[in-house]
Amino acid sequence: MSRDVVVLGVGMHPWGKWGRHFVEYGVHAARAALADAGVEWREVGFISGAATMRCGYPGYVAGATFAQALGWQGAEVNTSYAACASGSQALAAARAKILAGDCEVALVVGADTTPKGFLAPAKGYRPDDPDWVRFYVGITNPTYFALYARRRMALYGATEQDFTAIKVKNAAAGVHNVNARYRKAFSADEVMSSAMVADPLRLLQICATSDGGAAVVIASAAYAKRLGVKRPVRIAAISTVTPRFASGEVEMPDIATDSAVAAEAHSFRASIALKAYAEAGIGPEDVSLAEVYDLASSMELDWYEYLHLCKTGEAEGLLRSGATAIGGRIPVNPSGGLASFGEAVPAQALAQVCEVVWQLRGAAGARQVKKAKVGITANQGLFGHGSSVLLKR
Amino acid sequence: MTDRQRRAAIEGWYTLEKDQPHLLGSRCVACGTFFFPKLSTFCRNPVCDSTAFESVPLSRTGRLWSYTSASYQPPEPYVAAVPFVPFAIAAVTLEHEKMTVLGQVVEGCGVDQLQVGMQMELVVETLHQTEALDVVVWKWRPLGALTGSAS
Repeated sequence: MSRDVVVLGVGMHPWGKWGRHFVEYGVHAARAALADAGVEWREVGFISGAATMRCGYPGYVAGATFAQALGWQGAEVNTSYAACASGSQALAAARAKILAGDCEVALVVGADTTPKGFLAPAKGYRPDDPDWVRFYVGITNPTYFALYARRRMALYGATEQDFTAIKVKNAAAGVHNVNARYRKAFSADEVMSSAMVADPLRLLQICATSDGGAAVVIASAAYAKRLGVKRPVRIAAISTVTPRFASGEVEMPDIATDSAVAAEAHSFRASIALKAYAEAGIGPEDVSLAEVYDLASSMELDWYEYLHLCKTGEAEGLLRSGATAIGGRIPVNPSGGLASFGEAVPAQALAQVCEVVWQLRGAAGARQVKKAKVGITANQGLFGHGSSVLLKR
Repeated sequence: MTDRQRRAAIEGWYTLEKDQPHLLGSRCVACGTFFFPKLSTFCRNPVCDSTAFESVPLSRTGRLWSYTSASYQPPEPYVAAVPFVPFAIAAVTLEHEKMTVLGQVVEGCGVDQLQVGMQMELVVETLHQTEALDVVVWKWRPLGALTGSAS
């Protein structure tokens, strides 16, 4: 089909707290993805970078920065910034370029070097910036995760043991992932005895910030055919929708929701995957695995529902049944998730795609999901950014 | 204790009465949507073209949508006391405005005193101090509770 864009290659730089320049991680990942694809860098017609806001000007123009580091070769360039969804937007730009017939093969790269501790806003007295205001009054990222978690406990009977079980599940998968930062299994006791950060969430239930890099090489179906690639993984859909007014949930970094006086309240996160399913003509019942944004372990429960893997209020039951562990009916975060990686913002959405591609190829080793045919990713972050990528083989 | 001078941490977001303060929002005169913080440019309702807003005090009470704590010291620009004193944070849904507003919970009220669905009311309390004055901010407290009234 002409609308098919295929994934030829994926690659990563292992996540960690390496303290080196982000370009090094990006180029490492890019070279790995090109090698995986069997494509020479000079063949690439479009390079699409996911930007980082923490590494100075080279980070703001990440596409060109990576192109220069790989060696200028005249490719067209793009840089995308969309918080957690940056990688997906960079991927969407590359896919659009191929679908438009402007190029045949594109390279998408995201990488970051992160500071220690809480992510903090830009400096100065800036009351017009909601991100500044919320930090001034003491509201950090875990505040939002914890508000959602406590709400689940009150509405659906989620427990601290459930949140802990997700950390334990994802850490157990991450042990088998060479690119994960934490390759350590955790017991429920260890998680439950870690320090309280934002009640009811504890330190080991909240993801860290990491250094890392991820890259994806995509191409037209015709190009893949000429290369002789058999049964490549295909991009079935990409969703980068914005919220709908009135946004009914408190979203980072806002102090208040929209007022739903004149328009019905909508859930942004619940809308992200719906667009991907609709575009692909694939339903949640067809999904073999999902990679979701477990910024906090508790948020994985929300994603079960937002991806329609179960009905609203049934996520706890799905978790407790074992369905979302490797070997279960619908494994979630077989990569180990953010629990094992920590977040490297511009690389994370691409890392999710890398994992799904390895799973669909049957190349995920000890964390392989059996008979994986369709995989979906989902993430959401600051200022109404979110994305979902559907891949199939 | 002598009365120290008070200054709003964020100018124009709330009134400073010790008794019954309000958050200050705005309301679109065409579609009726409320905004907090205030909006004075273009209505954010995508089906409304209005550019006219009126300033309105928001409801002082609402229901607790959810809550949490800041058990670790937040980064700057938060100004922490030494040593850092953990505090609770509330998300309160205002029925009339159909919106949920975050804020700290008053000093001395921990998460063990909170329950989703309970009635909360707005107060103004110290966020941090300078040598000369108290910098105050809006906070939430359980309706009828006696904690956190002095500031």
